[in-house]
Amino acid sequence: MRRLVTDTMIIAERNLVRLPRKPELLIAFTVQPIMFVLLFRFVFGGAINTGGVPYVDFLIPGIIVQNIAFGGFVTALGLNEDVHKGLIDRFRSLPMARPAVLAGRTLADVVTNFISICVLVITGVIIGFSFNAPVLHVIAGFGLLLLFGYAFSWVFALVGLLASTPESANSVGFLAVFPLTFISSAFVPVSSMPAVLRAFANVNPFTVVVDAMRSLWIGTPAGNYVWGSVVWALVILAVFAPLAVARYRRAAGT
Amino acid sequence: MSTVPGSTPAPPARVGAETAITVRGLVKRFGEVRALDGVDLDVRTGTVLGLLGPNGAGKTTLVRVLTTLLTPDDGTASVVGLDVVKEAASLRHRIGLAGQYAAVDENLTGLENLTMVGRLYGSPRAAAKRRGAELLERFDLVEAGGRITSTYSGGMRRRLDLAAALVAKPAVLFLDEPTTGLDPRSRISLWETIEDLVAEGTTVLLTTQYLDEADRLADAIAVIDHGRVIASGTADELKDRVGGERLEIALEDPADLDAAVTALTALAAETPTGEGSIVSAPVRARSGAIAEAVNRLTEQGIGVDDINLRRPTLDDVFLSLTGHAAEGAAEPAAPETA
Repeated sequence: MRRLVTDTMIIAERNLVRLPRKPELLIAFTVQPIMFVLLFRFVFGGAINTGGVPYVDFLIPGIIVQNIAFGGFVTALGLNEDVHKGLIDRFRSLPMARPAVLAGRTLADVVTNFISICVLVITGVIIGFSFNAPVLHVIAGFGLLLLFGYAFSWVFALVGLLASTPESANSVGFLAVFPLTFISSAFVPVSSMPAVLRAFANVNPFTVVVDAMRSLWIGTPAGNYVWGSVVWALVILAVFAPLAVARYRRAAGT
Repeated sequence: MSTVPGSTPAPPARVGAETAITVRGLVKRFGEVRALDGVDLDVRTGTVLGLLGPNGAGKTTLVRVLTTLLTPDDGTASVVGLDVVKEAASLRHRIGLAGQYAAVDENLTGLENLTMVGRLYGSPRAAAKRRGAELLERFDLVEAGGRITSTYSGGMRRRLDLAAALVAKPAVLFLDEPTTGLDPRSRISLWETIEDLVAEGTTVLLTTQYLDEADRLADAIAVIDHGRVIASGTADELKDRVGGERLEIALEDPADLDAAVTALTALAAETPTGEGSIVSAPVRARSGAIAEAVNRLTEQGIGVDDINLRRPTLDDVFLSLTGHAAEGAAEPAAPETA
């Protein structure tokens, strides 16, 4: 167990050291969401009716959840690269704790996710977003985002190990995550959708997490959303972490 | 039975410290394909075994099984007395692997790479860093040690990769095509390093497509094809197996190749082989061979560009054993000739 913690930290360190050295990656994962924020706030926002809630308040929690789901791409692309460059073989030939390569990667994602959440919150505040909830709820919101993002990093870890190329890892991720995030309550109220989409959106875990975030940050009714999203995150973790570790153990790549 | 001893019998397999690697009846399947089809192999401690074979013969699969990256389907293998399946965790402390690709993290510096590997072997950070600095010195990378490895040349990356494989002073070192893609100078410098390691007592298993590499480095050679060891012994033993001297004839016109093979069959000890414009024929007797060959070819109106008698090389061994030339990845597997 101690080995696992130490090795995980070594790998996480390795993955974080690269951030300042390869800033393109971080920029890609922050500039694009900022553009989305501005696009929805100023281009589409005026046409979207969110009842009594100002659209900017409605939007920020939603777009941050979408962004956090994409945060795991760093893991998918990085692992895929490691597989093809032979680094995974090197790690697997070392007497290190087996899950550490994946655990270290996903742990590093938590740090990058935290950075991008902060960037988006600051952007939001600049264009008029304001928290309308007790401080504890706001902090709990950050925690929930990081937990959900962490769970999604394990999904992407599996994608990265299975994909034949970084490009295919990319497209698999996009194909899965894009519809999931857009057919949810992230950008528009679910009630405005046609019946079929509405039914999907209502059971979509993204809707649950987005609604939980709104309740924690802008004080909309909480329902069971917060607990529901914690359960979702744990279920995703419980399914995908073992799958990814099993895949890693077996032999990544050829 | 896959180990075919050379003309002199191979030394019997000994147990204990004498044998660093023991492989018996090893099988690994990928779906329908039997990548390893009953491999038997012994490598004595402190020696270099060169594993030769065409692409897809099973060399890399064997290395991956021996370094605990793949689990075999049948048979047993042990390295330094540790079973590669049951004692994999202990074994990983004792081996080093430098694979076909220089497996270095391109976003880390040379020193950071080595330090990371050392820490993953369980060393504290300071000790890992010291060992890393030591290895940088040994591999002539001191100046580059503080640079991000994405700026390294191919040769530097290979050296760093080999250094990473040596971090824990492994008893057995596995090198999977260590010099593929290197320029001649880097190859020779890597060979010298490997020779130094062997002099210090490290056992090395080396796969290669370059026969000169095997000839220079290997104490013993195993030729592997279709997942089986089809011959093993020292380079000299293998050369003797192919037969005595060979007549090598360069034709003026490659179109004459088949006719030349036919014309020479009568004087050759076994069917001559032809590649491009070169015919190679083992001869029964040295004296008069050149004159007779030239006569026969001239009778058929075949022009000779060059002709010489020479001792067989490992290339000949390879060709006669596997039915195709080494590094012949581009051509389809030739029909069985032997």
